[in-house]
Amino acid sequence: GSIAGGMGLGAWAQEALVPNEWDAITSYNNFYEFGTDKSDPVQNAGDMVTSPWKVTVDGLVDNPGDYDLADLIGDIPTEERIYRFRCVEAWSMVIPWNGFELNKLLAKVGVKADAKFVAFETAVLPDVMEGVNYPFLDWPYREGLRLDEAMHPLTIMATGIYGRPIPNQNGAPMRLVVPWKYGFKSIKSIVRISLVEEQPYATWQATNPREYGFYSNVNPEVDHPRWSQATERVVGSGLFGGRIDTLPFNGYADQVASLYDGMDLRENF
Amino acid sequence: MSAVGTIGPRISGAARKLPTWPVYLVGMVPGGFLIWAALTGGLGFDPVNKLELELGLLSLQFLLGSLLISPLLRFGRVNLIKFRKALGLLAFGYLVLHFLVWLLLDLQLRWGQIGADIVKRPYLTVGFAAFLMLVPLAATSWQGAIRRMSSQAWARLHRLVYPAAILGCVHFIMQEKVWTAESLAYLAAAILLVGSRLAWIRRW
Repeated sequence: GSIAGGMGLGAWAQEALVPNEWDAITSYNNFYEFGTDKSDPVQNAGDMVTSPWKVTVDGLVDNPGDYDLADLIGDIPTEERIYRFRCVEAWSMVIPWNGFELNKLLAKVGVKADAKFVAFETAVLPDVMEGVNYPFLDWPYREGLRLDEAMHPLTIMATGIYGRPIPNQNGAPMRLVVPWKYGFKSIKSIVRISLVEEQPYATWQATNPREYGFYSNVNPEVDHPRWSQATERVVGSGLFGGRIDTLPFNGYADQVASLYDGMDLRENF
Repeated sequence: MSAVGTIGPRISGAARKLPTWPVYLVGMVPGGFLIWAALTGGLGFDPVNKLELELGLLSLQFLLGSLLISPLLRFGRVNLIKFRKALGLLAFGYLVLHFLVWLLLDLQLRWGQIGADIVKRPYLTVGFAAFLMLVPLAATSWQGAIRRMSSQAWARLHRLVYPAAILGCVHFIMQEKVWTAESLAYLAAAILLVGSRLAWIRRW
């Protein structure tokens, strides 16, 4: 995939960002369904079958149903988005995603007027996902966005990396990417999308509400109770490569800060 | 005397003939491999984090190993006491490296964040406390220290290894996002080893 990737991407493509290499992006992953070590997903996710793939769309939508993924998104053109990716564990990468704006998918299924949030769910496949046999998280993994966050043009559904199909360990066949939020919001291997009126269940928030909020916007001034979020280790920069200052909203403040006007971001972390 | 009953004295007898320096040498091998891997790109894409974690684990392993020596003697009649100091010093050495990697490579001497983190982050406070507890033990690990302090005072001081081992394992658990069997097994081992002292230490 070329850096420019498509037309009219100047504003989002952030051409100054240098993406991590393929191997780093695809072998250093948090995907607890396949194990808690960073190297577990690449080793264990290979047996997940992602085609065909069913996605249930339900709740406050005009066209609910159990869709085959190809039918749901097959006609939506993809583009490249080179985004920073900031993990809540205080490390970061730059990833050249291929995907499409989530709002295009939502437009297809028709969002009803009273919908206020979007809820997502990851597949639970005990035969190939060792982790889901242990209750260290309340499976299935679930995440959610406020509707305006979901509709924001920065929010994408990714189906590829570097112009290749997204590998299983990165959330095949389709995952969310919300670049101004900590990585765990960008839920992988999605099997359900629900439009709802109330703020939905979010796995990490429910697991430890003191440490993980529903919003989880990248914020150097609001620390995780157990570690600072002021700086981040740059994955792929080697032994002496270093640590950089974390940017508010992961560097996307100009585009998204206004979504939170009037909100106390310490309160709504 | 049963066959099992003679194993302990036999191992003890063999150990008596062995020098202690090979323990230091062998104990440094995993650290050597680790540093070699770090310098040659063998620790993956987040080598600082990996190095930090592995050094911390080596320290805990040697510390727990040193705590195993006394129960082996009390309950198994296996006398490996002469190797205990080497295990303890190896644990301390790996801990110093673990701390230095955090300071120099991870935090890169951002003193503001280092100070604030040690005070504000419970897992770092706990880990740092364990480190501080082991400093006087390493400092009094030489033979002369025992004579100068009186062996009673020395023994009492060295009981600091008990809270240090427990805190070290707690530190390991606290930096994880979820409970893992591995970290809980370390803490369980530490509690078991420290708890076994209740069987023979009458006056604390």
